[in-house]
Amino acid sequence: MAACREESLAAIRIDNLRKSFGSHEILKGIDLEIADGEFVCFLGPSGCGKSTLLRSIAGLENLDGGSIRLGDRDITDLPSARRDIAMVFQNYALYPHMNVRKNLSFGLALNGMKRKEIDRRVNNAAEILRITELLDRKPRQLSGGQRQRVAIGRAIVREPKLFLLDEPLSNLDAGLRVTMRVELAVLHERLGVTMIYVTHDQVEAMTLSDRVVVLDKGRVSQFGTPLELFYRPANLFVAGFIGSPRMNFLPAGVAEQSATGVTLAGGGLSRPVPLDTCSSEQISGDRPVTLGIRPDKLELTSPEEAHLAGTVRLVERLGTESHVHIRVEGGGDLTAVVRGTHPVASRDQVHLRLPPEHCHLFDAEGTAIARQLDPETKALIDNKKARGARAPVLEERHA
Amino acid sequence: MDMAAHAGPKVEVVRRRRANAGRHLAPFLFISPWILGFLFFTLGPLCFSLTMSFFDWPVVGERTFVGLDNYRSMFMEDPQFRESLWITVKFAAIYVPFNIVMSFLLALLLHHATFASGFFRTVFYLPSVISGVALVTIWSWIYSREYGLLNFMLSLVGIDGPNWLGDPSLALVAIIVASLWGLGGTMLILLTGLKAIPKELYEAATVSGVPAWAQMLFITLPMLGPMLIFTFITSIISAFQQLTIALLLTKGGPLGSTYFFAMYIYDNAFKYFDMGYAAAGSWVMFAIVLTLSLVVMRWSAAWVYYEGEVRPVDGDRDA
Repeated sequence: MAACREESLAAIRIDNLRKSFGSHEILKGIDLEIADGEFVCFLGPSGCGKSTLLRSIAGLENLDGGSIRLGDRDITDLPSARRDIAMVFQNYALYPHMNVRKNLSFGLALNGMKRKEIDRRVNNAAEILRITELLDRKPRQLSGGQRQRVAIGRAIVREPKLFLLDEPLSNLDAGLRVTMRVELAVLHERLGVTMIYVTHDQVEAMTLSDRVVVLDKGRVSQFGTPLELFYRPANLFVAGFIGSPRMNFLPAGVAEQSATGVTLAGGGLSRPVPLDTCSSEQISGDRPVTLGIRPDKLELTSPEEAHLAGTVRLVERLGTESHVHIRVEGGGDLTAVVRGTHPVASRDQVHLRLPPEHCHLFDAEGTAIARQLDPETKALIDNKKARGARAPVLEERHA
Repeated sequence: MDMAAHAGPKVEVVRRRRANAGRHLAPFLFISPWILGFLFFTLGPLCFSLTMSFFDWPVVGERTFVGLDNYRSMFMEDPQFRESLWITVKFAAIYVPFNIVMSFLLALLLHHATFASGFFRTVFYLPSVISGVALVTIWSWIYSREYGLLNFMLSLVGIDGPNWLGDPSLALVAIIVASLWGLGGTMLILLTGLKAIPKELYEAATVSGVPAWAQMLFITLPMLGPMLIFTFITSIISAFQQLTIALLLTKGGPLGSTYFFAMYIYDNAFKYFDMGYAAAGSWVMFAIVLTLSLVVMRWSAAWVYYEGEVRPVDGDRDA
C-alpha cells in the first residue's frame, strides 16, 4: 500500500482537459495518465496544442474544463508556484541582468530559503550540469548550450516533482542538439523525476521518451512507446507523422475477406497483396482502405514479383542509403529507401514489391486495422513498454 | 615603345585611385544635407552663442568684448538669476519624478489592459501632439477663477475654488499639472519598453514562486532601466527648458512665482535685447543640464543593465 502511494508521488492524471482561445478550441478533451519517473514527450505539428497542454499543466493557462492531478493532489486550480513543478522554456527565459548564480537562486531566495541551502542547491546543480565556472557570468556571455544548461539548472534547484520542458533544444544547432539530447537523457536517469517534454522533432521524441503522446488538432492521436508508435500506429496521422521519410500510402480495395485476413487489390496494384494476419472485423468489403508501407520496406524487384510499377522521378543520395522518389503507374507518389550504392537513376522504370508482413492497413476513417506483428518486433515493443528499472537516485528520493 | 609599356600601368593606377576616391566620397555626398544642416543650424549657432556670451552684445549698437563679465555678474550681482534658477529647480524636482512615475503607472495599466488599450493609448498620447498654445488656451480655461472647469467642479462639492493662476503659492503647482498633461510621450516610450520584456521571464518567475511585487522590482524595473534613465534625463532637460506654458499662462507671475530660468533668458534676449547676457544664461543652463545628465548616467551605471555593454566571452564554444 505504502509502495503504491510512493509510486504515484509524481504521477500525472489529466481528465478531459479543454482550452480555447476565443472561439478557437485548442485542447479538445485531453485524457492522459503519466507514471511517476516517466519521460514523456508531447509530439505533434505546429498548432496541435502540445505547448498549450504543457502550459496548462504548469498553471500558466486558464482552463475551460477538465482536471489535472499530480500524485495525490488535484492541482487544477493551484497557482503555478504551489504545483511543485519546474519549467524550462524554449528561449531559455534567463534574466539577462542577473548572473548565472543569481538566475539559479532568484526564485529560491524570494521563497525564504536559507542562504546555506540555496548555495548547496546551486552548487549541486552547477556541478551536475558542469557550469560551475560560469556562475559569475551574465547570460549574454554564454553560448547557446551553456544558456540551455543554466535554464535546466534553474529547474533542478527547485527539486520539483515534475519537470516541464517546452522545446528546450529548438534554438540550438543540429550538432549541439544531439549532445544536449544525450545530456538530457542522462540527467533524467540521474534525477529519476517525471519529465514532460514538448517537441515537434520526432527524433527527439523517439530517442528521449519512455512514451510519446502524439497530438493532432487538440486531441491525443496515440499515446505509446516510441516503438509502438512506429510499428503499431493507431491511425493514418501517426503513421504519416512518425518515421522519416514518412510512410507511403496507397488507396486499395478489398478483393477477398476471410476470418484470418484480407487480400487487397485495385488502386495501382498490379498483383493482389494478401494480408493474412489482419483482423478483418473492421473491414467492410465495399469500402476503400488505405495500405501503408514504410519506405525502407519497399523492395525494388523483378516484374514477376512486383505489386507496383513506376518511374523514378528523383534519387537523393545520402551515402549509406538513397531515397528514391517514384511516380506509380495509375497515379500517386512513393518513396523507397535503398542502399546508398544502388544503381537506380532518375527516369528508370522500376518494379516494387510490398512485403505483406510489413504492410499496414487503415480503414476508410483512417483508423489502423490491427495486425499481428512478427514475434521479434512484438517482443521488442513489449520489452520497451515495461520500461527499465528506476534510477537509484529516485529510489533514494522516495525512500 | 618602352615608355608606352611603362605608362600603361601608371595610367591604370591613377584611374583606380580616382575610382576609389569617388567611392569614398559618395557616402559623404549622401549625408551632406544633414551635415550642412547640422553645421549651419546647430553647431554654427552654438559656437556663435558661445562667442556672444563673452560680449556685451546689444541688438542695435556696438559690441564690446567683456570676457567672463556676463557670467560673473549673473552669478554675483543678479538676484533674478538665482530666483529663476531656484524656481526651475523646484519645478524640476516635482515635475520629473511625477512625470516618470505617472507615465510608468499609465504604461503599466495600458500594458495589462485587455480592453480598448489602443483607444486609451491614443487618448493619453493625444495631448503630446497638441500645440503648446492650444494646450495653454485649454488650461487657462480650466484654471479660470470665475468660469473655469476646475472651480466649477469644486463648486459642485461646495468648495470655493482658489485663484489658481493668481495665487503665488498655487501658480507653480498649476503649471506642473498642466505640464504633466503631456506625459504621453514618456508613457509611450515606457510602454514600448514594457512590451519588449519577454513574457517568459515573468512566467519563469511565476513558476518559481516569485511574487508579483518582486517580479516588478527585480524584473520589470531592471529590464526597463535604460528607458527609465533616458526618460529621466529628457524630463530634466524639458523641465529646465520650461517656457511656453509659463510664458502664456502666467507670464512669470504672480509676483515672479513662475518666473523660470528659460523665461529669464528669453527676457534678457528679447525684452532687454542683451544678447550677450542671454547667451551666457543659455550656456549656464547647458552646463547645469549636462552636469545633471552626467551625474544621472554615472549614478545609474551601477544598477541599470545595458545588454549591449556586456561582452561575450571569447573562446567559449559548445561542446
